[in-house]
Amino acid sequence: MEKITVVTGPAVPLPRANVDTDQIIPAVFLKRVTKTGFDDALFYAWRQDPDFVINRPEYAHGGVLIAGPDFGTGSSREHAVWALRDFGFSAVLSPRFGDIFRGNAGKQGLLAGQISEADAEKIWALAEATPGIPISVDLVATVATIGELSVPFVIDDYTRWRLLEGLDDIGLTLRDEARITEFEARRESWRPKTLPVK
Amino acid sequence: MTIDTSERTPRTLAEKVWDDHLVVKGEGSSPDLIYIDLHLVHEVTSPQAFDGLRLAGRPVRRPDLTIATEDHNTPTLAIDKPIADLTSRTQIETLRRNAAEFGIRLHSLGDIEQGIVHVVGPQLGLTMPGITVVCGDSHTSTHGAFGAMAFGIGTSEVEHVLATQTLPLTPFKTMAITVEGELRPGVTAKDIILAVIAKIGTGGGQGYVLEYRGSAIRSLSMDGRMTICNMSIEAGARAGMVAPDQVTYDYLKGRAHAPEGADWDAAVAYWETLKTDDDAVFDAEVFLDANELEPFVTWGTNPGQGVSLSQTVPDPSIIIDANERASAERALEYMDLTAGTPMKDIRVDAVFMGSCTNSRIEDLRAFASIIKGQKKADGVRVMVVPGSARVRIEAEAEGIDKIVEEFGAEWRFAGCSMCLGMNPDQLAPGERCASTSNRNFEGRQGKGGRTHLVSPLVAAATAIRGTLASPWDLGMTLPEIEHGDYATAAAAGTPATRGGRVADLDADFTASAEEAN
Repeated sequence: MEKITVVTGPAVPLPRANVDTDQIIPAVFLKRVTKTGFDDALFYAWRQDPDFVINRPEYAHGGVLIAGPDFGTGSSREHAVWALRDFGFSAVLSPRFGDIFRGNAGKQGLLAGQISEADAEKIWALAEATPGIPISVDLVATVATIGELSVPFVIDDYTRWRLLEGLDDIGLTLRDEARITEFEARRESWRPKTLPVK
Repeated sequence: MTIDTSERTPRTLAEKVWDDHLVVKGEGSSPDLIYIDLHLVHEVTSPQAFDGLRLAGRPVRRPDLTIATEDHNTPTLAIDKPIADLTSRTQIETLRRNAAEFGIRLHSLGDIEQGIVHVVGPQLGLTMPGITVVCGDSHTSTHGAFGAMAFGIGTSEVEHVLATQTLPLTPFKTMAITVEGELRPGVTAKDIILAVIAKIGTGGGQGYVLEYRGSAIRSLSMDGRMTICNMSIEAGARAGMVAPDQVTYDYLKGRAHAPEGADWDAAVAYWETLKTDDDAVFDAEVFLDANELEPFVTWGTNPGQGVSLSQTVPDPSIIIDANERASAERALEYMDLTAGTPMKDIRVDAVFMGSCTNSRIEDLRAFASIIKGQKKADGVRVMVVPGSARVRIEAEAEGIDKIVEEFGAEWRFAGCSMCLGMNPDQLAPGERCASTSNRNFEGRQGKGGRTHLVSPLVAAATAIRGTLASPWDLGMTLPEIEHGDYATAAAAGTPATRGGRVADLDADFTASAEEAN
């Protein structure tokens, strides 16, 4: 994974609450067996409306999505993160995230930062006033800056460290492989086994 | 080295299960490394994970703790024919190749153990108290009904578990959902959980494990408890749990993968220690009065937008929170509903009886008990989809298929079906459906489709009347559908055994499936 320190792009306003992962990418697009090429599926139902935000020319290549509360709730589909990433989004700021979505974002290098509702509204206003205005999201300082406005965002320390260092989770865990093997040696025999089949 | 956490009392059920799976205790802001006892796999969220393993040259660490089935894409008609949709077929074939290559047990379409992954695990006796269960599916919370710590994960985490059998996780907070009292006949587990979500909201559970407690929860069968835990994610929670008790043990005993002999005794002795300690403190608590509950339905486009069936479509203008108000206004527009309309006046085009929320044998029995000897309303399409091939066979042995067909409804093969419409079972644009599934999101059941989440009893009554209704509205007396009776029936149900097929497959199809295996 690439190291992330600061990401910058147009602030893309999505002032809606409860944007579930079915809206980010409908199930019909989950049939693919690849991890890329989901950009055409992002917000598929909503983008049929020519005025939907990502259809505007200034947002044609994504940027930083500024979403309402409870973004990414519902289904665990990591495809939601892949679709945002493939479209060109490098970060999402929202007052609240679905837990699984936030975890998936961290694994895939999509920066998911939590901001206050008041700050989200301020950013929406700035973005509506000047469509395409850039926002810079600084993972070192955990501050997002748009025009004259700087707002703090929250991201858990571990995810922040992994993103800053560009570390791969599986590689990190396998450094503790001896501990996993020790744990397995003391697991009780009643615990479920799928093999061999009785 | 053993990590001794025993003196860290008092603890909740969730904390006990967590502590007993600690491989490495995280220091500072680092997460804990948690061991995973059971990994369930299906075709949609796994292909990219297996690809990742292949690229890194990594094996599956514990194929013996991993099991796969086909559910999301599978057709519910003509399962003996090759899958018509090519992308669906490719995804299923990819799972078959991956399972063969990595040595993972797979229950393919046509196998007696095939079905919705969250129905298959419990029915095989693989899901049990005190274990950790993950799956690349948010409704993995279902398995918490047994007192397991069970939660959905993304594809990167699927790959992580395949490679290491562990996950780095930050401890979840704990929330007690206490439901005291006695449910009236006609009020079910589904109504409890819809009311809970309406109360705490779709974000109310974020970061929490919910522990469902109280007399109303205790009185539920395992099938009912699974319905409740299943929808924990709709409140935003990572997991939902119910402490194991005799109902749990009775359900498990004798199932194909349940412990036997000395292992059973050791397991039960351990499971008995899992209950939340009396003086343990939850991070949050919520109370619900079961005596007051009525059949509950949703009116909007998230599962928190629900009301009692006897109420009217709410008026968004009285909602104080601006975001929630905007969300409600948008929902009414999408749902084509007007504030003030009695919920019972809402006419439906379709009824879907199925999904990992409500497709187990008791759900089918409840549905059948209402429609028996009746005819469905004109112009309403009714689809009944058992959760697994085995549930389907069990239901057929009880004559439920005949009741469904005489009613004018469609009796289908097992799978996720119209819950999310990855297979051909979808709503047409503008169609309105009373659905026993878990999500009423825009377009969830088909582009432009409109979903009202309901219990199996409400689904049945609605199918009869053509408008949202409960058995109460049909003037039915309901001693026979008291939830307690179903607990008894389920306990006496057929334990799962191995082997057998449910369909005579085309020779070509069988050959390709077996080759892939």
